[in-house]
Amino acid sequence: MRAADVLLLVAKSIRAQRLRSALILIAMAIGVAAVIVLAALGEGARRYITGEFSALGTNLIFILPGRSETTGGQPPLLGETPRDLTLDDALALLRSPYIANVAPVVIGSAPVSGGQRERESNIMGSTSDLLAVRHLNLAQGRFLPEIPAQRALPVCVIGQTVRNELFGSRPVLGQWLRIGDRRFRVIGVLASEGQSVGVDFDEVVIVPVASAQALFDSPALFRILVETKSRGATMPAIEDINRTIEERHEGENDVTVITQDSVVHTFDVILTKVTLGIAGIAAISLAVSGTLIMNVMLVSVSQRTAEIGLLKAIGAASAQLKILFLAEAALLSLTGAAAGLAGGYAGALAVARLYPAFPITVPGWSPLAALATALATGLLFGVLPAARAAKLDPVEALARR
Amino acid sequence: MIRLNGINRNFTVGDQIVHALKDVDLAIAAGEYVSVMGPSGSGKSTLLNTISLLDRPSFGNYELNGKNVTDLSDQELARVRRENIGFVFQFFHLIARLTAAENIEMPLILAGVDRNQRTQRVEQAIAAYGLGNRADHRPDQLSGGQRQRVAIARATIMRPGIILADEPTGNLDRHSGIEIVDLLERLNRDGVTLLVVTHDPALGKRAARRITMVDGAIVSDSLAGSTD
Repeated sequence: MRAADVLLLVAKSIRAQRLRSALILIAMAIGVAAVIVLAALGEGARRYITGEFSALGTNLIFILPGRSETTGGQPPLLGETPRDLTLDDALALLRSPYIANVAPVVIGSAPVSGGQRERESNIMGSTSDLLAVRHLNLAQGRFLPEIPAQRALPVCVIGQTVRNELFGSRPVLGQWLRIGDRRFRVIGVLASEGQSVGVDFDEVVIVPVASAQALFDSPALFRILVETKSRGATMPAIEDINRTIEERHEGENDVTVITQDSVVHTFDVILTKVTLGIAGIAAISLAVSGTLIMNVMLVSVSQRTAEIGLLKAIGAASAQLKILFLAEAALLSLTGAAAGLAGGYAGALAVARLYPAFPITVPGWSPLAALATALATGLLFGVLPAARAAKLDPVEALARR
Repeated sequence: MIRLNGINRNFTVGDQIVHALKDVDLAIAAGEYVSVMGPSGSGKSTLLNTISLLDRPSFGNYELNGKNVTDLSDQELARVRRENIGFVFQFFHLIARLTAAENIEMPLILAGVDRNQRTQRVEQAIAAYGLGNRADHRPDQLSGGQRQRVAIARATIMRPGIILADEPTGNLDRHSGIEIVDLLERLNRDGVTLLVVTHDPALGKRAARRITMVDGAIVSDSLAGSTD
């Protein structure tokens, strides 16, 4: 028996039993479509979250004062340290050959007034490097000037919300802003960034770090943001950071170093597993389709008893009958899977249309996995009916009308 | 060409053993026309199934064309059947979803004959059996006589040496019956061994050699013209 003939015979048999075939196709298609859509949702969630973190900037290292210890008495969580992180610590890091930019950050809150209005706002003290490190964009004017970090300068860059609430639609560049008891000249306005993992840059007023230290009357840094020269430089950069801090802090390494990579990676791993889990659950529906296929195929075998007997009489070997029935199950499940693929992609597309902000993506492995599962279930659950057909006693089968 | 030696076939029904064939010895030469008659349950169908290799004897030895076929594998049995034996049934046994031509083509497909040759042979058969304008009809669009002609075309498409007919006229009106018997006998005249199982005496008497079975044994085996 030739393969092309097997396909032709099987196609005829599938066409002859329309309702039966349609039921199997629908069951298979729903299962496959479920796998595709759910995997796409999971993958979309993964991309969304890792994308959020990547948007912080690449090759980023955060240095936080204090160290989480797992030994000793009371649990001193983050921030329990006698030594502050200082501006000099930050500048010392620039000596490392692996570090491209260092942005010391001071954060506080102060009343801000401009024109006739006043509001409480977040004040961020930093240096010109912050622009590069956090990938910020300016809507107007320019960012903090490149001046020595120790130098205070009465200039500021403001976020969109601050600008709108204090100045409305009036021109803002060159205006004076009063923060606490000091005056700063507005030299730039940030482009609207929306929320970026914790910090709302629309709500912030950025001033030179020395000015912020003077404003809050404290030399302590909130944290230091470090951008390494490349991805591969992350590990040696961390070593340099630890060594430098230890030297400067009387032999005690009392900071916590977090890489952005590690955060992204952790989320990536977790969400990939979640996606696989969801797809696995969806695959159960494929197993259900498989049992349905088996059921219908078994009924088909008993309905076609006489035909099977006849085929044996005119020279079909048991193996050939087995092939015919297996091919029928396989073709049914594959056709159903193809319909399911189309449905799944259509579903993913529909979600993408409805929620354009959500980066729904069908991961490359999912259609392959769905197809493979569909074919495997089809064959697996086709084996029993095929074996039954092959074992049928032709004499008895032919005795029926 | 067909040689059965001491063939026994036992069935277990419940806790009883039924002897469907008892020590059957039978030799049929190539080109013979043989009828097998007997009442229901006399074992004539079992004999036919044994000869056609659809059923295996419990004991005994079966030689076909000088070759022992008693212990062949399923695969080999299928091949031997395909190449040597054509079936004609009382209930036609056509595949309902296939057209007349496709039904006739089936044995060729199972044998793996290539498409061009298949089409050619099927066309010849359709013409030979007067089914020209019925080739694309499904069995339910054909009369009984036409269906049986399709069945005969299918049985002969592989050009087997033996045709086994099990009550070939049992489901046909008289006129169609005569037509079918005529076709079968014509095949026999062309050299095909014809074995007809029937309990219609009129049909049975047409054969040159008549076998009568009772209770699983051959009780008479006579040639036409001899006394019986």
